[in-house]
Amino acid sequence: MTSHRLASGGLIDRATPIGFSFDGRPLTGHAGDTLASALVANGIRLVGRSFKYHRPRGIVSAGPEEPNALVEKGRGPRREPNTRATTIELHPGLDAASQNRWPSLAFDIQAIAQFAAPILGAGFYYKTFMWPAALWERLYEPAIRRAAGLGRLSGAADPDAYEKAHAFCDLLVIGAGPAGLAAALTAGRAGARVILVDQDFRLGGRLLCERVEVDAMPGPVWAGEVEAELKSLSNVRILTRTSAFGLYDGEVGAVERLTDHLPVTPAGEARQRLWTLVPKRILLAAGAIERPIVFGGNDRPGVMLASAMRTYVERYAALPGRQVALFTTTDDGWQTAASFARAGSPLAAIIDARREVPEAVRALAGDVPVFLGARVLDAIGGQSLRAIDIVGDHGRRRLAVDGLAVSGGFNPDLALTTHLGHKPVWSDERAAFIPGDLPANVAVAGAAAGRFTLAAALADGARLGAEAAREAGHTPAETPAFRAGDEPCAVAPLFHVEGGRGKAFVDLQNDVTDSDVALAAREGFVSVEHLKRYTTLGMATDQGRTSSVNGLAILAALTGRTIPETGTTRARPPHVPVAIGALAGLHRGRDFKPTRLTPAHGWAKEQGAIFVESGPWLRAQWFPKAGETDWLQSVTREVEAVRAGVGICDVSTLGKIALSGPDVGTFLDRVYANTFSTLPVGKVRYGLMLREDGFVMDDGTTARLGPDEWVMSTTTANAGKVMQHLAFCHQVLWPELDVQMVSVTEQWAQFAVAGPRSRDLLEALFGPEADVSDAALPYLGCTTLALGPTRARLFRISFSGERAYEIAVPAGYGDALARALMAAGRDLGVTPYGTEALAVMRIEKGHVAGAELNGQTVARDLGLGRMLSKKKDYVGRLMAERAALNEASRPTLVGLKPTVAGVRLRSGAHVLPLGVPPTAEHDQGYVTSTAYSPTLGSWIALALVANGPARHGEEVRIHDPVRSGDVVATIVSPVFVDPEGARLHG
Amino acid sequence: MRIPCPYCGPRDSSEFAYHGDAAPRRPAVGNAAAMADYVYLRANPAGPMEELWYHAQGCRSWLVVTRDTRDHAISNARLAATRSPA
Repeated sequence: MTSHRLASGGLIDRATPIGFSFDGRPLTGHAGDTLASALVANGIRLVGRSFKYHRPRGIVSAGPEEPNALVEKGRGPRREPNTRATTIELHPGLDAASQNRWPSLAFDIQAIAQFAAPILGAGFYYKTFMWPAALWERLYEPAIRRAAGLGRLSGAADPDAYEKAHAFCDLLVIGAGPAGLAAALTAGRAGARVILVDQDFRLGGRLLCERVEVDAMPGPVWAGEVEAELKSLSNVRILTRTSAFGLYDGEVGAVERLTDHLPVTPAGEARQRLWTLVPKRILLAAGAIERPIVFGGNDRPGVMLASAMRTYVERYAALPGRQVALFTTTDDGWQTAASFARAGSPLAAIIDARREVPEAVRALAGDVPVFLGARVLDAIGGQSLRAIDIVGDHGRRRLAVDGLAVSGGFNPDLALTTHLGHKPVWSDERAAFIPGDLPANVAVAGAAAGRFTLAAALADGARLGAEAAREAGHTPAETPAFRAGDEPCAVAPLFHVEGGRGKAFVDLQNDVTDSDVALAAREGFVSVEHLKRYTTLGMATDQGRTSSVNGLAILAALTGRTIPETGTTRARPPHVPVAIGALAGLHRGRDFKPTRLTPAHGWAKEQGAIFVESGPWLRAQWFPKAGETDWLQSVTREVEAVRAGVGICDVSTLGKIALSGPDVGTFLDRVYANTFSTLPVGKVRYGLMLREDGFVMDDGTTARLGPDEWVMSTTTANAGKVMQHLAFCHQVLWPELDVQMVSVTEQWAQFAVAGPRSRDLLEALFGPEADVSDAALPYLGCTTLALGPTRARLFRISFSGERAYEIAVPAGYGDALARALMAAGRDLGVTPYGTEALAVMRIEKGHVAGAELNGQTVARDLGLGRMLSKKKDYVGRLMAERAALNEASRPTLVGLKPTVAGVRLRSGAHVLPLGVPPTAEHDQGYVTSTAYSPTLGSWIALALVANGPARHGEEVRIHDPVRSGDVVATIVSPVFVDPEGARLHG
Repeated sequence: MRIPCPYCGPRDSSEFAYHGDAAPRRPAVGNAAAMADYVYLRANPAGPMEELWYHAQGCRSWLVVTRDTRDHAISNARLAATRSPA
């Protein structure tokens, strides 16, 4: 038996001992323990060092509000810093370590900081490290960062998996204490869809920690019965180990810890699950958090909230001290005296700030020395509490104690109600902030609403559960009356005891003292928002659960205002820390977004293709052959093969949009800058699409397959954007047009067949019955032909400048098409080519692509000004006609060729006149696309240069300071190869 | 945030693409000043506002959604195609 474990009682499983370690020391607890309760049971007081002063700290609470007992949990890549010992479920092999100490917890060198405390007040860093500014980044900040802070990150990638889920319900109940259980049961029995979440691993809330009865059953027994009934209802879902962390627009975020209580996450399972809960109504039954009292040395290990002490005794059968005093200003605090008495370790003294305490409350204490109208001035001790100094009518007195339970009242846990901008209001009667204005579908029950008795919590839950069920269309049976006592719960608020000698902490996690608050008030930071930011009060990961009300009460007293006049800050989500991994879910690394593969991907892989990401797709970039040592060698071979013979290229990734209906021609005239309504059936036309602001959006070809049947192609990158734009134009601008459209990008596989021998290949592919002669299929013609078991669409279009075709087949035949093309072209030496060779050939031809269609160019800039129709209105026409967009000085498309052969040009380099310094004022444009042209035997480039078309023949400087490039090049026509277009036809 | 699509029912806002203010209507041919206003001029009200949203990962409908810019409360959503002409 561990030193401070009671011989009987509690909700731990005494038959299941669990070994764990803290700071390397092997210890034993039981199933049902938290790390904190197991440490208490082992008599361990000192659990961490504080953030700023490195003061020794112990456990303060028994729940998620814990500001002190933050530990590193786990080892290696699974090490998780700043985890609350009070919420870690004990499990075999749990390996926890204290934080912010060196070389050890008991002897911490930086604890010397506490003796420098007089100069480390609020704003210390802002005031001290101002000069010289240059030292801030190099010296001050690194030094401060080393000294401050809490746990350490593992520095390794998170090895665990996370997942996400959505769920919908009529009523979401947050908190499974008496109010939450009563609500879930009432609504669930009526048939409403209920989700009940609780951060604990066991339902019951305070019922597990108090000696109370409901319906003549002990609290934990009643909670167990309710849980069994809820589990039998198919319309109720219970999520334990789940924290609701934020209220968002119509949704609640929650994180479920699936395997944090297991020694290791089983293979294939997620560690945590991020829930998006979509409730019709939300019932917040999160209870209340006890408020400490600020006095000298109130951070000494052994000073603990009174309700937390009771939790350790009643739920975990662990004794937080053997000589414990109680400092209270509430009736509830006296319940702790009763718990200790029952545990056989009566309190050493009770100090109640009130002069009058009801007889019924006094009776809870039994035979214990009581000091009414008294206060604790100072807690004395180092790594553990040794004594307290109290002051009252009897004068001053020192009491030797090893524990002090503190009860200053209760703060309803209302943070979630403030996430959407609503503020709580102060109630003098309850000495607490209670719900004020609430979001329309949120209700608050029990202690969270400031109704602190058990009977009130049960009644609230039953009433609000029934209300939610009725609203969802169910008829609850007569509202059940749960029988429970109305225990005394009076509070006479006391926030702060002045006159102590030790440091009095308001915010334990961020080490903010009463004198920091006073300093802030003196310096004029009298708004709570300023107080918070200047002193960091309430800004730690505990979100000020135990500190913010005390801080603003002290500020209110200092400034002669009431608490409502002083105001309160609003909490922001997340209410509890949420792992980034949980928010990312499965979207990490290569799974960040889906990778799309073309139908012939497998074929390309067999051919040894190197792939590249292109928009959402993977495309073959080039196909290296045995003996080729670099990409340029392979790409050059592919280009030469196409220009001399025939090559094939998978162009399935181009966006394809099918349009049908009698008004398609009219529609296309309005969305394209050039005219399409005149396009005959069996013809294809190149089109230019503008945004309404006149800049080019996309280009592509559209074919007319039948009188009312059209198919448009878009660039790979803009496929989704163009589809959205066309839907906008149709549905928002011109719904009267009789047009139907659908994206068919994935439905068709498409291959380019290019080169002077491309028609020969088609003849071999389609066989002698098919007519692919120039008479039947001239340049910019299209047709459909039988191909094996299917029909292929054949378009005579060219991106390479050679005689070329594109063949489209239903996607399922894509792989077969690739193989059939290779077989049909074997005797012709057919060569598969990738996106690099495609790019080389389009640059040789001066065709624009993504680098030029960059959202900053108008048609004129690209040498496409003549495509803008003057005969019709279309999207972007009026804005494109603006004078400034038609000035010759705009950067306009040109070609560049280095004056020295073999010199490489690079995209992004800037174009400058010769003989001027390379400054921004001399900048005349930039290089957009570059390639090594095998046809010219030189590097070439496309560029956007001011007055470009008028400057052919001029030598310019191509300046690339980032990559140390400085080259002289000649401005030339952007069409490097076959400017007459003869090769297109022959 | 959830948007009540007239075809698909209430759906997660992540399925939708946001376009912006639905009030500006494309002017008739030839009026450059009106076109400039249509392209660039936007009101920024604090309160209910009609906005265009595209149900990109659903029915591909363009919707006119009435959203309160102060609290994201959505009071109406209808098909843009059924609006009366400008």
